[in-house]
Parts: sequence; structure tokens; C-alpha cells
Amino acid sequence: MPSVGVLALQGGVAEHISILIELGCEVKEIRTPDELESISALILPGGESTTLISLMNRWELIGPLRAMGEDGFPIFGTCAGAVLLSKEIEEKEHEVSQNSLRLADVRAVRNYFGRQTSSFVETINVVGLSELFEGVFIRAPLLLPLSDEVEVLSQVQDGPVLLRQRNLWLSSFHPELTPDSRIHRLFLESHGILKGSG
Amino acid sequence: MKNSRKEGTWEAKKGLAQMLKGGVIMDVVTPEHALIAQEAGAVAVMALERVPADIRIQGGVARMSDPDMIKSIQERVDIPVMAKCRIGHFVEAQILEAMKIDYIDESEVLTPADEKNHVNKHDFSVPFVCGATNLGEALRRIGEGAAMIRTKGEAGTGNVVEAVRHARAVLGAIRKLKVTPPEELMTIAKEMGAPYDLVRYVHENGCLPVVNFAAGGLATPADAALMMQLGMDGVFVGSGIFKSGNPEKRARAIVEAVSRFDSPEVLAEISRNLGEAMVGINISTLPDEERMARRGW
Repeated sequence: MPSVGVLALQGGVAEHISILIELGCEVKEIRTPDELESISALILPGGESTTLISLMNRWELIGPLRAMGEDGFPIFGTCAGAVLLSKEIEEKEHEVSQNSLRLADVRAVRNYFGRQTSSFVETINVVGLSELFEGVFIRAPLLLPLSDEVEVLSQVQDGPVLLRQRNLWLSSFHPELTPDSRIHRLFLESHGILKGSG
Repeated sequence: MKNSRKEGTWEAKKGLAQMLKGGVIMDVVTPEHALIAQEAGAVAVMALERVPADIRIQGGVARMSDPDMIKSIQERVDIPVMAKCRIGHFVEAQILEAMKIDYIDESEVLTPADEKNHVNKHDFSVPFVCGATNLGEALRRIGEGAAMIRTKGEAGTGNVVEAVRHARAVLGAIRKLKVTPPEELMTIAKEMGAPYDLVRYVHENGCLPVVNFAAGGLATPADAALMMQLGMDGVFVGSGIFKSGNPEKRARAIVEAVSRFDSPEVLAEISRNLGEAMVGINISTLPDEERMARRGW
């Protein structure tokens, strides 16, 4: 049974876990560096990115995770998790003073769509899925590729919302908030962690 | 291509609360407080003119905060900003929605505006959080459209006992409902004064359909971890931070305690040398009319 880690410091952790279990994975909650051993992929869930960055620094996860990401380890960041993976983070006046992962050639524009009243649900096309996917966007970031290495797997009229750079996947929506497990499956299958169903 | 975008849906309203899980929401009265809270790792701030401890001391009618004050906080931080309206005061709620506040707390900490009815929260695209002291009350609020529930506790006392009482009441009733035979559900719905569909949801799923936070009287990292170990999804800390000796340090410690609530060694380290906690109040010395948790039904 493949073992997949979910960063469990804050945010939508349980939602990812239930989808991974449904896909037949063994799930490990990650709070400290030594828990990173013996997993074959990692999910960085949605939550508040400033909180997550602060706690990842506090529990000394930044260094080990960055090394794994640079080494080709599959990591999927959803919403705030995608912000953590981005090399550039744009936000208003307040700067993120702490160290983030900064692994993917992506510029994340936080809260691009506005405040909570502008959070939305939209059906999107995803490269690799034959049918539409319902994307739940909550105070979502826009994700702008900074290099040709970054593939756009889905976009809305405002710009890209699902990106892949080799081992790194970033979504501005929450695939864990719908009971639909196809995007998790796509991520795990393309890294050989789950066997293709076809 | 046809645009299928839908704003303010139930998924979006409930979803923001799901992203706050495992986090701390802090009461702040100035933009400077809000920045301290954000730096410390708060997942959201509650913008208000007076923390509950001061509302208690000063008395009088407590109302929605000045929009200018709320706006000054919205401009300073990137994390979600919540604000309170009085129970049943749907116009205060409309004003907060017009200001694009991220979450409205229909709160017993303010003086109720309607003694019979809460706000019809389905009318709004902004999500609401409401307080509850037991499962029936929680389900009534969800029936009215609340997308997040919190315990009432007893705000502004620095005493966690009421939050524990309410958490145990809600979580205990959920555990009981899970094993109740289905034919008893209608009678339970009638006795609890809760919508039948929601009673059945809890029976089938063993949890509320929305996120459930602790609030009211939390003052220390250990208080926060206690509520998490009891099974709550996250915590609100009101007067407990900015009424303490070293707000910055205490705020950070409570954030860390919530994310590592089940590691006593870590909690021991976090709890060291935080300066003075807020001065607490014994609930039994509070006259009935000063008990905020009795407001709302």
C-alpha cells in the first residue's frame, strides 16, 4: 500500500486524508522532520499560508522539505499549500518575513479574486481528465508560471489554477473539498505511486 | 465558453471554516494588534472595538464596531477578518457584508437586538459563525444558515470551564446520537428543538455538518490544547491574548499549542515563561444577568 504524507500543522488536513484513504493509500500525518521518512509523496493542504509558514519554520520542516522537493520528491500543494511551494509570493503591504519553501517557478498572487464574498465554485477543464471537475476556490491565489518548465493543467478566465513543474503540483482551488478524487489520483498515478486504472 | 462561476455558495461558505481548522482566531481592537496576531500565526482576526473583558467592565449596550475601525484592520492584514453583529440584528449583518468582511460572528458578546429570532443567515453570501451551548442550539443555528459553530463559553472571564461544559455537551450528544436507533430520531429532534434533517445528518455522519471551534474564556496554551484534545476543530481567543502580560509571546504559544495539541513535551516547552495571564473571573461569582452564554437560545 503506498504511503502518502499530509502536512498536518493546520488547515484542511482531514479532507485530504479521507480522499487518500478512499484511493487506497496509507496516510501519515506530518508534523516533524522525522515523520517524513517512508512516505512516497506529500500533500501540503489548504489553510492560512502565513500560519503554515510560521509553523513550518518553528518545527524545522522548511530545510528537509526543500531538499526533498529539489530532489524530485512528488509534492502537491493546494491553495495555501501552493503558495508555500511558489518561488514568489505577492501580497499587500505586509511581507512574508519568514522563510517559505520557494521550490516552484511560480508567482502566487494571494487572495487574487478578492475577499470571502468572492469565493466561488466553478467547473473547470483539467488536462488528463476526460470530464469537467468542480473547483472550489476560497480566497484563492492566482498562480503565474515563471518559466517554460511549468505546465498549465487548468485555467479559468483570470489565469492558471492548476500547474505542474516536474515533481511539484500546485492548485489554487481545493480538490479535497469535493468528494471527487480524480485530481489526487492523477497526481499519484503520474508519479507511479498509484497504478493506472486504464 | 459559458462561465459556470457561482459565488457565495454553501461549499464556499463552509469551506473557509474548513481551512481555519487547527488554527487560532484572535480578537483584536487595533490594526497593530491585528499585525501582531498575523505575525504570531493567527488564521484569522476578529475585529472589535472592545474585547469581552472590557465590555464586562464598562457595561452599557455593546453594538457592532465602527466600520472605519474594521476597515483599518482589513487594510493591514492578509488573513481573513471577522466581525461581530448583535444576535438578530440583520442590518448590522448587511453592513458587514457590504464591507466585504470575511466572516460574521452573530455573537452573544454583544447585546442581543432580538430576543426571539436570530438572523436568517441563508440570505447572505458572507458566511456566519454562531455560538452554541448544546447540540440542539448548534443545529438550530446551522438550520438558519450558520456555516461554522463555536462554543459560547463565558467570554471575557479567562475561565475555560464554560467552554469545556459546552464542548462536552455538544460532542457528547453527537456521540450518543450516532448509536441512537433511527426510529428515535424524530422524538429527539422534537425534544432538542432541532431540524429533523440535521439530527439525521449527525446520526449518519457522527459529526456536525460544519466546523466546530472552541471559544469563551480560553487564556493559556494548555486551555487551547485541552479544547483540541476534547475534539474541537480550532479555537477563538478573545481577551486572553491582549489582556495578558506579553501578548506577542502568548499569541505565538497558543498557535503552536493548537498545532501540537497532543504532545505534552512540546506543550511544556511552549508554556514556559509567558508572562502574566489575564486575571480570571470565577463563573459562580457572576450574577445571572452578566452571563453572556445565557443570551440566544
